[in-house]
Amino acid sequence: MIQASLESVIRRHPFLADLPEKHLEFITGCAKNVRFPEGHTIFLEGDPANEFYVIREGLVSVELMVPNRGPTTVQTIAEADVLGWSWVSPPYRWHFSARTLQPTRALAFDGDCLRKKCEEDHDLGYELLRRFLSVVSSRLDATRLQLLDIYGRHD
Amino acid sequence: MDAMIESKIAERTVSDPMVPSLFRIERMKRETEDTFTLELSPFEETTKISFLPGQFNMLYVFGVGEVAISISGDPCKTSQLEHTTRRVGVVTKVMGLMKPGDTIGVRGPFGSHWPIDVENGRDFVVVAGGIGLAPLRPVLYHLMAQRERYRNIVLLYGARTPEEILYKRELERWRGKFDLEVQVTVDRGASGWRGNVGVVTPLIARAPFNPSNTVALTCGPEIMMRFAVMELQKRGVPADRIFLSMERNMKCALGYCGHCQYGPTFVCKDGPVYRLDHIASIFGKSEI
Repeated sequence: MIQASLESVIRRHPFLADLPEKHLEFITGCAKNVRFPEGHTIFLEGDPANEFYVIREGLVSVELMVPNRGPTTVQTIAEADVLGWSWVSPPYRWHFSARTLQPTRALAFDGDCLRKKCEEDHDLGYELLRRFLSVVSSRLDATRLQLLDIYGRHD
Repeated sequence: MDAMIESKIAERTVSDPMVPSLFRIERMKRETEDTFTLELSPFEETTKISFLPGQFNMLYVFGVGEVAISISGDPCKTSQLEHTTRRVGVVTKVMGLMKPGDTIGVRGPFGSHWPIDVENGRDFVVVAGGIGLAPLRPVLYHLMAQRERYRNIVLLYGARTPEEILYKRELERWRGKFDLEVQVTVDRGASGWRGNVGVVTPLIARAPFNPSNTVALTCGPEIMMRFAVMELQKRGVPADRIFLSMERNMKCALGYCGHCQYGPTFVCKDGPVYRLDHIASIFGKSEI
């Protein structure tokens, strides 16, 4: 029952929608529902990165600790977004911290388990990396726009 | 044609569009550190204000110069004009020092307008960046005044910092309404800011609208509009239902002087509001 419910959530989530059936069952097996209260630290910069999250509801701040400024939000992640890709590439440690700004519901995926499976099944690896590449590409575009400081004064 | 458009066109009786009418500054409202809103009323009490959302006026600071500024007030108000601008050049810097009771010259309204003669049942998504919210505010008033005609109305607004968010109280009020989805994001958060951080364009991907039934309006820095268009098209909004407001250096506002040429068009006359498919071949091209 829980498995069926998770599978239907995964099917509906934009990040994993249209995932081939043969991968769906496996990836569902690596997922669990999680809830975080407001102000909860989901992960900390430098800690081992063994999960990623697809957000179902809520708002998460992606932060970097800046000396003399404290934790600084560089981006927020909300419903339908994906949080965390440090589990994909060595050294598998979080580059940023993540903290909830609102009560948040998400699906957490076991990155360690997925990494091993992707090594064995390159079709699954391709499907996941294709989706992550799209997320990374969109985030890179957004970061470039942020760097341009487009709303600033240019006189 | 919408009755509002017909009546507005009928009301336009500009005898000489090069001669400014005299208006009194009723109120000068500071919006952010460098942005302010002027509330103007005509010296001649019989003058009725008439404009369509998205149009602009030429504001004349006597002895200094004239600038094009979009109208940011409610198109239903016939006794008062509102203009929001940023202090960036000589004229707007002096304008920002003017006080209630001072006189200013107004020519207009000029230019094209946002689509307001839209069939019932559409979704509207409005994507604004920085001071680009100002030319969109009249169409938001218009949509809210006819709320029952449309389905989802979504406002996505990006500003540089929380301090630089325009019309804060109004946004809070709109956000409190259950029939208008307002999402605000800032490029740089500050301590105490608990909202979105990041540029406005990624909000499009998760905004609640049906792309096949949506009219999209966007205004802001041109680079932001390019990315907004990409996101809108990625979601499936067709080019003939995406509208954007372009900005060029406008002088005469009548299409004579050529300062605001944009490809084969003049922004003052053919714009500032364009339908994307009408400018698809030149939009985003360098040197145009």
